[in-house]
Amino acid sequence: MTATTTSARSDLSELGRSETALRTFLHGLPGVDQVGAEQRAAQLGTRSIKTSAKAQAIDLAIRMVDLTTLEGADTPGKVRALAAKALRPDPADPSCPHVGAVCVYPLMVPHVAEVLRGSGVHLASVATSFPAGQAPLEIKLADVRAAVAAGADEIDMVINRGAFLAGRYSEVYDEIVATKEASGDAHLKVILETGELATYDNVRRASWLAMLAGGDFIKTSTGKVPVAATLPVTLVMLEAVRDFRAATGRQVGVKPAGGIKTTKDAIKYLVMVNETVGPDWLDPDWFRFGASSLLNDLLMQRTKLTTGVYAGPDYFTLD
Amino acid sequence: MSERVAVRKTYKLFVGGKFPRSESGRSYLVQDSNVSLASRKDARDAVVAARAAVKGWAGATAYNRGQILYRVAEMLEGRREQFVALGVPGDEVDAATDRWVWYAGWSDKLPQVYGGANPVAGPYFNLSAPEPTGVVAVVAPEAPALLGLVSVIAPAIVTGNTVVVAASPAAPLAAVTLAEVLATSDLPGGVVNILTGRLSETVPTLAAHMDVNAVDLTGVTDPELAADLEVKAAENLKRVLRPVPPDHDWSADPGLRRMTALLETKTVWHPKGV
Repeated sequence: MTATTTSARSDLSELGRSETALRTFLHGLPGVDQVGAEQRAAQLGTRSIKTSAKAQAIDLAIRMVDLTTLEGADTPGKVRALAAKALRPDPADPSCPHVGAVCVYPLMVPHVAEVLRGSGVHLASVATSFPAGQAPLEIKLADVRAAVAAGADEIDMVINRGAFLAGRYSEVYDEIVATKEASGDAHLKVILETGELATYDNVRRASWLAMLAGGDFIKTSTGKVPVAATLPVTLVMLEAVRDFRAATGRQVGVKPAGGIKTTKDAIKYLVMVNETVGPDWLDPDWFRFGASSLLNDLLMQRTKLTTGVYAGPDYFTLD
Repeated sequence: MSERVAVRKTYKLFVGGKFPRSESGRSYLVQDSNVSLASRKDARDAVVAARAAVKGWAGATAYNRGQILYRVAEMLEGRREQFVALGVPGDEVDAATDRWVWYAGWSDKLPQVYGGANPVAGPYFNLSAPEPTGVVAVVAPEAPALLGLVSVIAPAIVTGNTVVVAASPAAPLAAVTLAEVLATSDLPGGVVNILTGRLSETVPTLAAHMDVNAVDLTGVTDPELAADLEVKAAENLKRVLRPVPPDHDWSADPGLRRMTALLETKTVWHPKGV
């Protein structure tokens, strides 16, 4: 397996100043061994996690869920119901923890904020003309400011894939820096949309670019393109945050999003986090799942562990 | 020329239209053949497959379901020799085929016999229509191996239910061969799922499963197990069909009860207006 070595680089913060320096650095990152990454991810997926370890993993995964609804048909009533579910995912069991955050469109933020106030559940909003990111910068920044003003304390931005794939790294970098500034105190999650980046090398470069520009989290996908989060892509991103901390001392979180639907999938990710970056990241502050249907499966598995009987979807809310 | 080596068959489970081995990897010997020994996780997977199939199967027209079931009877007729080779008497195969055709015919008739207009004291049309209950867990009787199996599966699915069948541990070969018939009959995957192995492993899981709507305990011979399964089934108010007595005559006219026991009645009130 390849690891990124950056020991020789002393001051990474200077990189953003010139297109050439940024390109030289990003293209100087070692290539990803595609077969190795896929095999490693598949191998880690075979671990068997049972009984009390499984119970702990499920509770941790619930705390890591960014309960998401990003539909054109979202209404204030629907997002309020979702926020209520975030606070108390399983109303029948008070020992069930609340989720990490609720993730909605900026217009829905005020409605969710009312419900979540003071609960400890974060409120994330996608911004920067999600999901395509193909809008002028001023409009994207206005989008971010509106979301923060409405009460979002986490911003999920999309990078400009058009610029990234065309090799205009400075443009992407500057946009992330500007978005970070517009977000103020809100945590910035940078969506790489790995399904559109074509190669693992690009995923590694985009991860580093996002971290160099100041992103607090790197997130795989919008959930709006056919290929969303996969284990190998997340592995490459986890390696990037590990190497970034080794090089700079700053810890960055990771959020796989889209396509994670079952408890088994979620536990595979947790195993990979533990084996790749260690327990420092096994915390909702550093690892999140962007998901909606995952939560119900986690709750059903949790109920199975407490009652000994397989649960059915009839007994959990539809969302 | 070297002598040809015969291809021996492993009798696998039938889940979601496919023939997987047990996730546990276990098998047991019946009549010198390897048969998968299903675990409770296989039971869980089968319920997931059955649940996924409910919408399409219950939503299909009664006419369409009847056609597909008739097709099953056609394929069953064509495999007569295979069942005979497994030790099922020819007469029984014929009776099972006839039983299947008989049930197939009920698909678009049962709603008329069992539902209809109710006279009410008011200006309303009041109509009751039977609807499938959903996922049914079925414990197949040990004998007659094929006729018994057909007599519990066909009445459950003709109305639009999907089933998870625990085949009799002593007679699984006919069950898996029937699965091969079903797999080649345009029956959507997941409508019938067949588990082979010990009843004590799979059936309590199915009886307690919150996503199962009814249990048919026909093949349960141990009264204590039957009582325990009924208790488990009570948790989410599953419909329960009790075991049949050992001297039950499977060749007699089965009547409608096996179909009607697995239905819910929907009643609609519609104002008559001018």
